[in-house]
Amino acid sequence: MSHLAYVAVLVFILIGAGWLEVAMRTRVFSKWRRMILTIVPVVVIFSAWDVYAIAQGHWSFDWAHVTGVVFPGGLPLDEVLFFIVVPIAAILTLEAVRAVKRWQVGDEPADEIVNGSRMGEL
Amino acid sequence: MTYTQLAVVGVFVAVAIDLFVFRTGLVRRRAFWASYAIIFLFQLLTNGILTGLRIVRYDGAAIIGSSTAADSTPAFIGDGRIAYAPVEDLLFGFALVVFALSLWVFWGRRNVQRTPYSGPPRIPYPGAQQDPRLGAGGK
Repeated sequence: MSHLAYVAVLVFILIGAGWLEVAMRTRVFSKWRRMILTIVPVVVIFSAWDVYAIAQGHWSFDWAHVTGVVFPGGLPLDEVLFFIVVPIAAILTLEAVRAVKRWQVGDEPADEIVNGSRMGEL
Repeated sequence: MTYTQLAVVGVFVAVAIDLFVFRTGLVRRRAFWASYAIIFLFQLLTNGILTGLRIVRYDGAAIIGSSTAADSTPAFIGDGRIAYAPVEDLLFGFALVVFALSLWVFWGRRNVQRTPYSGPPRIPYPGAQQDPRLGAGGK
């Protein structure tokens, strides 16, 4: 089980943010195409940073607490999953803040009426 | 480059992408900073677990906190660490969040699944603004 320690932290993050999808109606998971287009560049760039850091010895992993699945460059699967889970949690948080506070995030046309309020006025 | 140098560069690059490449301007928005404040607290917690249990270990030569021995538990606060994690991780996390959210807004602007917008909540919450289109008590 200890091999799932890192993954358990990721599951905690997903649950910790995932409830917003239901409670705050963030409507993030239905936008899977937009999510993939957002997550793929993050995974590519930050995995590259990770591989460089591993090669330089900036950080290393306790192999007893990660899955043991390793990509070329010594990159653990756990790290790649981190670069998927954290953007999802961040998007859920941003969309929940928008749902609750009605603050603009930058993708709304100025004159569009959203949730009964004109977004440009908020 | 050290992790310290890379983390600082990462923050500048992510903010530059947000302001000048995608022109999403998230770092100028309340919605972003409110979100980041929430994310920051959870990063302290989850990254504290990953670094406090030494699932991820750092080379003292690559970070500010250089006096933590490779085989010992780091300080909770001190030696360049906050909640066990090197301060560089906070910069790494900030760059990651800015880049990801900037991309999210960028695709929304390009009309990739821009709508429906989030909200209104299914459950009432304190101080909620009533949606004028909904009747008393909400939908």
